[in-house]
Amino acid sequence: MKSLPRIFAVLRKEVRQLRRDRLTFGMVVGLPVMQMLLFGYAINTDVRNLEAAVADQSNTHLSRQFVAELGQTQVIRIVDSVATPQQLETLLRQGAISIGIHIPHDFDRRVLDRNRAASHLLVDGSDPTILGVANQLRLMPFGFDAGNPGVAAPQLVEVRPYYNPERRTPVNIVPGLMGVILTMTMILFTAVAIVRERERGNLELLINTPVSSLELMVGKVMPYILIGMLQLALILAVGRLLFDVPVRGSIVDLYLAATAFIAANLSLGLFISTAARTQFQATQITVFILLPSILLSGFMFPFEGMPELAQWLGEVLPNTHFIRLTRGIMLRDAALSEMPGDLAYLIAFTVVAMTAAALRFTKRLD
Amino acid sequence: MNKGLAIEARGLTKRFGNLVAVSQLDLDVPRGAIYGFLGPNGSGKSTTIRMLCGLLMPSDGKAIVLDTEVPGDSRRLKPRIGYMTQKFSLFGDMTVLENLQFIAEIYSYPRRERAGRIEELLERYDLDKQRKQLAGTMSGGQKQRLALACAVLHRPELLLLDEPTSAVDPQSRRDFWSALFRLAEAGTTILVSTHYMDEAERCHRLAILDRGVKVADGTPTELQANTGMHVIEVTSSDPYHAQLLIADITAVASVTQLGVRLRVLIPESYTNPVELVEGAMRAAKLDAQTVLSTASLEDVFVAVTLKPQSKAA
Repeated sequence: MKSLPRIFAVLRKEVRQLRRDRLTFGMVVGLPVMQMLLFGYAINTDVRNLEAAVADQSNTHLSRQFVAELGQTQVIRIVDSVATPQQLETLLRQGAISIGIHIPHDFDRRVLDRNRAASHLLVDGSDPTILGVANQLRLMPFGFDAGNPGVAAPQLVEVRPYYNPERRTPVNIVPGLMGVILTMTMILFTAVAIVRERERGNLELLINTPVSSLELMVGKVMPYILIGMLQLALILAVGRLLFDVPVRGSIVDLYLAATAFIAANLSLGLFISTAARTQFQATQITVFILLPSILLSGFMFPFEGMPELAQWLGEVLPNTHFIRLTRGIMLRDAALSEMPGDLAYLIAFTVVAMTAAALRFTKRLD
Repeated sequence: MNKGLAIEARGLTKRFGNLVAVSQLDLDVPRGAIYGFLGPNGSGKSTTIRMLCGLLMPSDGKAIVLDTEVPGDSRRLKPRIGYMTQKFSLFGDMTVLENLQFIAEIYSYPRRERAGRIEELLERYDLDKQRKQLAGTMSGGQKQRLALACAVLHRPELLLLDEPTSAVDPQSRRDFWSALFRLAEAGTTILVSTHYMDEAERCHRLAILDRGVKVADGTPTELQANTGMHVIEVTSSDPYHAQLLIADITAVASVTQLGVRLRVLIPESYTNPVELVEGAMRAAKLDAQTVLSTASLEDVFVAVTLKPQSKAA
C-alpha cells in the first residue's frame, strides 16, 4: 500500500504551505469572528427603542396611562410630545420618528366603543420591520386599572414566540451563520487549492509523479476538515460568550452534522477547482454559490415564505440542510436521528461532488 | 546499459484547434544518450516532451517510451521518468529540504534510504547551505539545481528536461551540463530541449525542430557534414553593404552577420561559390576577403530551417 503514505505526503505539504500563508491562516480565524460580530451585533430584527412622538389631544387619566404602557413595552421610546397629528406627520417625513401616536379628543369614549379605533399609530411604512412592530403594538393587551371595573379589557391576541422567547436575533442567526461561514471558507479554500497549483506550475510537476488524482484530492482536503472543525468550535464559543446562544441538543450530533456538511462543501470546492482556470475565476464561482447559500437557505428569510422555484434551488444547497440540522440540534434539542433526510442529503452530495471532481481532474494538461 | 531505444516515436502529431504544434514526428533516442531538441520558441519542443511523458494526449501517432506504449498506461511509466519543467514548478513556499522530502515521499523512495539520498543530492548539487531556505527565494541557478535534484531523486531511467537552462547564467549552464554528463555516464537517458547552439553541440545526438516538423537529426558532426550547403565567410570593412549585395545573389540561401564577418550559405549544387561572392564584391568595388569555411551548428540550424522558405520562393 503506497497510497496512504502518498496521501499523507500531500497532507503534510498542504499543512506546511498553509502555515506559511498568513492571509489564509488569518482567514481561518478572522473570518468567523468578524462575521459573528457583524451579524450578531449589526443585523438585529429584534426591534427595540423605536423613536416615537405622541399627540395626545385627549389628555385624560386613561390616555396618559395608555401612553405610559406603550412606552413600557420598550419597543418604542417616546421622544417628543406634540399638539396635532399634522405635526406627527411632519416629524415622520423628516425621519425624526418612526412611529407617531395620535390620541383623539374622544379617546375615553372610543375605548368603550368596540367599533371604533381608540387611537391611531402613524407608521413609517418604508421599513417593513417597523411596520411589523407596529402591528404587534396594535395587538398589545391594554390592562385597565381596577378602578374601572365596568370596562372589559380589550384583550386581543398575545404573541408568544417559542424557542426564543426574548426574541433575541443572535439565537436565530448563529446556527445559520455557522453554515454561511463554513460554506464561505471551506469552498473558497479548496476551490483555489488546485487552481493555485495550476497557476504556479506545481501541477505540471505533480501530475508527472506517481500520485493519483484521488490521492491528491483526499490529501488536499483533509487539513481543511480539521480547520472546519476549529472554526465550528470558534463560532460556538463566540456565540456562547458574546450572545449567550445555547446548544440545547447533543454537541456530538452537532459535530457529526458539521462533518457531513464540511465534507460536502470541500467536495464542491474541489469540483470548482477542476472547472476554474484561474484563482480569480474560482473566487467568482464561490461567490456565485455563496449568495444563494445566504439568501435561499432559510438563513435570512423563512424557507416556507419563498416562491416554489427558490425553494427548489434552496433544497439543492447543502447549507439549507445544515441550517435545518443546526437549528434543530441547537435550539429545539432535536436528535440527529430525528432528521435523517437532511443528513442523508449532505452525505449524498459529498459522494456525487467528489466523484465528479475526481473524474474531471485528469492527469493531463489538455 | 543494454542496447536499444529509450524512446521510439512514430508519426507523433499534436493539434491545438487549427494549429499543428507537432507534425508527424519520428524519433529514435538510444538508451544512455544525451539527445537534444534544438529549435526556436514555438517549434514544438515542449509539446513533444509533454506527449512523451503522458501530459498531453497525441492527436495522432504513438511512441514507445521505455518499452511502454504512449498513450497508454502512463501511470506505470511515471516512476521511471524524471521530468524537469520549463518553468520552476517546485513549491516556492517550502524549503529546499522540504521539497526534496516531499518528492521522496511521493515517489515512495525507500524510507530507510531517504535521508541518505537527500544528503547525497544536497551535496552533489551544491544546495547544502540552502537546505533551510525557501525555494522561492533562491537564485535562478539554485532553483535549477534543486529542480534537477528533484527530477533525479528517484533514479529515473529517462530524464526529460524542457529548456532547463533558459533562466540561468553561463557558469551555471556549464555546471549543469557536467551534471548531465555524469548522469548519462551512470546510464540515464536524457532528452533535453534547448535553443542554445553550444548546448546542442554537447549532445550525443540531436533533432532540429522547426514549426512542429523535424527538419534534421543526427550527431552534431553528421549534421555539420551534411548541410547541403557551402559555407563562405566574408570579412569586410563595410559589412552592411556587403550583406545587401550578397543577399541579392540568386544562389545565396542566407547571409548572417557576426561582427565584421558574414556567414554565407550557398547550396552545394553551385560549384563555384567563392567566385560568385568574390565577383559580386569586385563589381561593387567593395574591399572583402572571402574564404570557404566549414559549417558550424548554427549554420546547420539556419540551413535546415530556411529550406521550406527558399523552396517556396
